[in-house]
Amino acid sequence: METKSIMIVGVGGQGTLLSSRLLGAVLTAKGYDVKVSEVHGMSQRGGSVVTYVKYGDEVYSPIIEKGEADYILSFEQLEAARWLPFLKKGGKLIVNTQQIDPMPVVIGAAEYPQGVIEAIGATGADITSIDALSLAVEAGSSKAVNVVLIGVLASKTDIAYDTWVDAVKATVPAKFLELNLKAFDLGYNYK
Amino acid sequence: MAKELRIGNDAVARGLYEGGVRVVSSYPGTPSTEITEFISTYDDVYSEWAPNEKVAAEVALGAAIAGARAFCGMKHVGLNVASEPVFTGSYTGVNAGWVIAVADDPGMHSSQNEQDSRHYAKAAKVMMLEPSDSAECLEFAKKGFELSEQFDCPVILRLTTRVAHSRSLVEIGDRNDIGVKEYVKNPQKYVMMPAMARGRHVVVEQRLLDQAEWAESCELNRVEMNDTKIGVITSGVCYQYAKEALGKNASYLKLGCVYPMPIDIIRDFAAKCDKVYVLEELDPFIEEHCKANGIDVIGKEAFTVQGEYSQSLIAKVILGKETEAISTDLEIPGRPPVLCAGCPHRGLFYALKKQNVTVSGDIGCYTLGALAPLGMIDTCICMGASVSALHGRNKANPENEKKSVAVIGDSTFIHSGVTGLIDIAYNASNSTVIILDNSITGMTGHQQNPTTGKTIKGDPATAVNLEALAKAVGIDRVRVVDPYNLKETEAAIKEELAVEEPSVIISRRPCTLLKYVKHEKPLKVNADKCRGCKACMKIGCPAISFRDKKAVIDFTQCIGCGVCEQLCAFGAIEKGE
Repeated sequence: METKSIMIVGVGGQGTLLSSRLLGAVLTAKGYDVKVSEVHGMSQRGGSVVTYVKYGDEVYSPIIEKGEADYILSFEQLEAARWLPFLKKGGKLIVNTQQIDPMPVVIGAAEYPQGVIEAIGATGADITSIDALSLAVEAGSSKAVNVVLIGVLASKTDIAYDTWVDAVKATVPAKFLELNLKAFDLGYNYK
Repeated sequence: MAKELRIGNDAVARGLYEGGVRVVSSYPGTPSTEITEFISTYDDVYSEWAPNEKVAAEVALGAAIAGARAFCGMKHVGLNVASEPVFTGSYTGVNAGWVIAVADDPGMHSSQNEQDSRHYAKAAKVMMLEPSDSAECLEFAKKGFELSEQFDCPVILRLTTRVAHSRSLVEIGDRNDIGVKEYVKNPQKYVMMPAMARGRHVVVEQRLLDQAEWAESCELNRVEMNDTKIGVITSGVCYQYAKEALGKNASYLKLGCVYPMPIDIIRDFAAKCDKVYVLEELDPFIEEHCKANGIDVIGKEAFTVQGEYSQSLIAKVILGKETEAISTDLEIPGRPPVLCAGCPHRGLFYALKKQNVTVSGDIGCYTLGALAPLGMIDTCICMGASVSALHGRNKANPENEKKSVAVIGDSTFIHSGVTGLIDIAYNASNSTVIILDNSITGMTGHQQNPTTGKTIKGDPATAVNLEALAKAVGIDRVRVVDPYNLKETEAAIKEELAVEEPSVIISRRPCTLLKYVKHEKPLKVNADKCRGCKACMKIGCPAISFRDKKAVIDFTQCIGCGVCEQLCAFGAIEKGE
């Protein structure tokens, strides 16, 4: 099988690392060769963060470059636009409509662009936008945005529902399991 | 055994464990930190956070000489600090194996420079191995102990960010604990004074020749012959990039041992290929070795000494292939890292801004105080330099004393700030040093340190008392402030700048991300009272934004620290329910 590439992008502190761990667990359970590349340290502090997940028969490079991602899972609108050039032709983009102002916008040195979702749609990219924050709150915690989004991604792959649920069980702490399973389902069943 | 997905640093830790490591001492530094964090989860290994990398390396070498397999880990700039025991450890050699991990950061994801640590291997005349994925991290770490003992030499394991922080599959094995070897007194080997060191230098030079000969046939250096139009000599993660970009359209010589390097297998490989590229990030280390030996290779003239390589860079340069990319025509503002919502450093920097002082900065989360809108760091050089550079600044022109301060975190102060403070006291400059004590080593992801009262394993430990330490070195004026209290903090800075003697202000408040720190309910803006003056936005809190001419507080980020509340003249920021 040819190597598949998934990018998870967002803002430091949004919980993107848990999603990549979860994806890693699912793909390893399926018997693929897997590589996951994360960024730690300074850029985690509210900066633009990106995680690369690749799987297939044999994966070499741990990173994803422009035009290579089969899926981009974006935790924030502006980040979706920033990383759009990494999407492969025919790739799928899943975007949380949450908007987090970067510091240049907060201090008035730049503007948060309007109509981000529409502008991405106009490029012909296959985009699913979702208010994952509201669904996470519905599941019981604003912190569950990551699991809601993984639910959406799961619904677009050919990996079985149960494999995903097992990975959620193996990845999240027991006391938050119920909440996260609910968050996963809200994402998985999102139309 | 089933394969497990592990981050490179975790795999190094596992390899060290399986290789029988007994004593581990490190100082945190991205991207190396997790190696030692993972080791601390093994109960049958002694592990610790040392005050700095020099101490860590000395602890490890001391343990190795005493007969226990030992390890220390650090980031590239940490090796600058640890270099003295490493250079001399090359002469003394070891007894039980000593492995040192150094993690370089091409592209500077989290560093102040882009130095290439391979030069240290050459300068200190020690062997250096370079893994390219997690499986090799495990294998090479384990092998490091054998090689260290075989050649009686420290062995450096060189990682880069993409290897240290990428997860890939590893197969774990059993621990080979060789116990503690006998220590035999041998001053000719272990006492490095001129007469003995001269003798040891001869040993070191012979050892390098022996290692170079070993490198010609060792399994860590391997050749993969495919199409011979393109030959690639590479190591580390660049091997993975090359395989992805070129596949079977190229042949490869992959060096697992990057110092000392073989020459016969390189010459032999190059002779079989039409065109030979050297693919290595940062400096032309392998390339210069080839060229010095008259081997015709293409290296930095086609690539770069800056930043990271990638599969697409290699495909572009070697194959002339570029991938199409789509984009919008939106103007996308950058998203630089920021101090977290509720970060205690924010109030301190705001108070400094009101005093309009020059700030001698240091390495840690608070370096982010350099960015807008706070913009309150003037210099950032290296660990500890805030304190000593302030002393230098004040000696350059005593007028600076009234309008300059140093800021340094608790962990960084212990690392190498206290020596600068001793200089201030001893050589009398009226310097004002602010210790930002957030009760943890923050930027690297919450490691304990000598001031926190806990060991790496979370057990109770003796805590350095910063007030008593400052007084003991000769600073009489030592005071503590709460940076959430802007008035108190500002007043303290003003007073200490005014006095005619050195002083230390401890700005004390635990990092808001610590699990035990209780968060208050998020604050909210009363839109009827908000006049849209933006006073609350001067502190650069990521939880505050501006919508429809009013300030808005993001409930997912706000922890109710109350600093913005103190800035609002209209009482528009209220406690949430």
